[in-house]
Amino acid sequence: MNFDFSDDQKQLRDQARKFLAEKCSPKAVRVVLDGKAPYDKELWKGLAGMGFLGVAIPEEFGGAGAGHLELCVIAEEMGRANAPVPFSSTVYLAAEALLIAGSDAQKKKWLPAIASGEAIGTLALFEGKGNPSPKTIKLTATNGVLNGVKKPVADGAIADFAVVAARTGSSGRESDVSLFLVDLKAGGVEVKSLTNLDPTRGQAEITFKDCKAEPLGAAGEGWSILTQVLDRAAVLCAFEQVGGSDRALEMGRDYALDRIAFGRQIGSFQAVKHMLADMYVSATLARSNSYYGAWALSTNAAELPEAAAAARISATQAFQHCAKNNIQVHGGMGFTWEFDCHMYYRRANAMALGLGSLSYWEDRLIDRMRKKNAA
Amino acid sequence: MNFDDTPQEAEFRATARAWISANAPKKYEEELRKSSLGRTALKNADILKVAKAWQKKKADAGWACLHWPREYGGRGSSPIERVIWSQEEGPFGQLSRMFIIGHGMCGPTMMAFAREEHKRSYLPPLASGEKVWCQLFSEPAGGSDVAGLRTRAEKEGDDWVINGQKIWTSGAHYSDYGILLTRTDPTVPKHKGLTMFFLDMKSSGVEVRPIKQASGASDFNEVYFTNVRIPDHQRLGEVGDGWNVSLTTLMNERSAIGAAVSTGFPELFEYCSSLMLDDGPAIEDRAVRSKLANWAVKASGLKYTSMRAISALSKGERPGPENSIGKLVAGSMIQDVATYALDLQSASGVISGEDAELAGRFQAMLLRAPGTRVEGGTDEIMRNIIAERVLGLPGDIRVDKDVPFNKIPTKGRG
Repeated sequence: MNFDFSDDQKQLRDQARKFLAEKCSPKAVRVVLDGKAPYDKELWKGLAGMGFLGVAIPEEFGGAGAGHLELCVIAEEMGRANAPVPFSSTVYLAAEALLIAGSDAQKKKWLPAIASGEAIGTLALFEGKGNPSPKTIKLTATNGVLNGVKKPVADGAIADFAVVAARTGSSGRESDVSLFLVDLKAGGVEVKSLTNLDPTRGQAEITFKDCKAEPLGAAGEGWSILTQVLDRAAVLCAFEQVGGSDRALEMGRDYALDRIAFGRQIGSFQAVKHMLADMYVSATLARSNSYYGAWALSTNAAELPEAAAAARISATQAFQHCAKNNIQVHGGMGFTWEFDCHMYYRRANAMALGLGSLSYWEDRLIDRMRKKNAA
Repeated sequence: MNFDDTPQEAEFRATARAWISANAPKKYEEELRKSSLGRTALKNADILKVAKAWQKKKADAGWACLHWPREYGGRGSSPIERVIWSQEEGPFGQLSRMFIIGHGMCGPTMMAFAREEHKRSYLPPLASGEKVWCQLFSEPAGGSDVAGLRTRAEKEGDDWVINGQKIWTSGAHYSDYGILLTRTDPTVPKHKGLTMFFLDMKSSGVEVRPIKQASGASDFNEVYFTNVRIPDHQRLGEVGDGWNVSLTTLMNERSAIGAAVSTGFPELFEYCSSLMLDDGPAIEDRAVRSKLANWAVKASGLKYTSMRAISALSKGERPGPENSIGKLVAGSMIQDVATYALDLQSASGVISGEDAELAGRFQAMLLRAPGTRVEGGTDEIMRNIIAERVLGLPGDIRVDKDVPFNKIPTKGRG
């Protein structure tokens, strides 16, 4: 067996780490954090140039035609660098939705534009509070015309197109939901930026007013497609969270080695050592669960829903745990704007919500485990 | 990424599976499968006898202590073959529990430090289970601080004379031999005055007394030594080098016990899948599901962490430090799982034993659980190990490090 990434994939990870260390320093992240730019355009272009945006997009649609394992290792590095670009919404959500359900023409139109960095995409799913559920979809689609409000939409203010979940029936079943593809630059939408926990990744409210849209996938199949997209995104986000966890742990460890108090390195106090050891435990559990998710994603295994939920829960917990205790290890300095700790704390807590809260994923995990046990 | 065996691994697995299927004591399979922490006895048979018979059968066919060299009773197998064997042995592996200390700790220590003629005469019967070994390190004054031990060994002619007391010795009451860490020089700092021996547990002056544990059961013992004589040729390593010798043993303890420890999660999931609460099945209750999901990802996290280590073995690499988290996570998890299983039973959860839900499976687990967080390295020692060896943080400040042992205070208050 080889429950690990291949040497080529590890090399790709090293390449991504090196590239991001150079092009995505904390200083560069701060330009977006401080509101001086909506995202890092130079970095986005650079990522396209490296082939990272289209790594899992087939060559016929302008991508590198590698695969999801390659995307996982890049995702980990994006999380480690806290990259202020619309990577997750464009690559994990919009591109995956197109790959799963797009027509040939839709794929030809948008996937090459994603790979080249020309188009930013997103998924417009949420309508205020509530976990992903067909019941929460109120936005209507009538004869290909959308009316309703989506919020929050990740990277909605900078996106060129969106995959939109809309209500097309009233039977009370999942088949009431269909997906649509909307060119956000073609009119019929009002976009408002929202302040949010993590300014390095924007959130928006999008109002659709008699907005023309084309169907993505068959009518009534929307919820089933969405579920698959969310499972894939859960694994990919988990790798970002794993990367973020590792970085937060490293920052805490390094500070514990450098900082002297009471005449000794604070890392020599067991209260601090044990806190860091527990962070390592969380990060390790998350990494291992995420590897299983990567295996399921890359082989399109029947276990993907269970593996994705486990990776999602584990990685969410790990990143939140590591990010908050990294601040604790830093003490007062960790609570300043000047230190980078809060960037990871913000990212960790925003990511914990982006695909629906833990309770949604806990439910999914237990459902899948029950079905497996019953079988 | 894949979970497939290489052709050689697949061949080994098929051979192992066929042999186990033809030879394992099948009539105990169901009972062994249902055993869990705190409950491993067999109803109608002496588990020690069944275990010894299975071990001997394995040894005769070359399936005992797979990773040991053939001349010492093993099979000369690779680490990955050892893992495949244990996957295939499944519930029958429970029968190896009484040999874990001997095979996992005493054997490797003997292999590293005993004279060749001793290795050839003592190791094969240890591998075959005909002789059982125990490890005599911990003392009332030295648990986590093993190097604080006080049992004395004094040289008299060609013999050493032992006086003192050990505690928490697993299986001393059925052991034939033991490895023993002693103090040979109390005038030097504690780590420098230790020496290791092996001895016959039937030697005159050895007295074994079972400890009644907090759980009510007795898996461990106190062992008293009164003028016990050990010949010098049974010394392991140099005089004064016992600490280094013991590190070999303890490194093996942590990997051996870490691999065997369970989380209680499969038992809890199975229980919740059939349990009815007042307002419906437990598994459909929001709070229950949330708890289960949180433990599920810890259990799967441990499973896939160990898969990563196995994968490294399969490629002929050394596993990384990830495996050090196993015992730490599983130890407190099984305690929490058992506590929650009883909470689901409400007031009736206090009833233990045969009259209890599932014949007291979770009650037994709860009462045994505190031991898992202490034995083989406390949670705190495990965190220190992760912090120091994995994260590279400074070691604890040790105020007794350079003090002669006999000048170290022995009482906290007056």
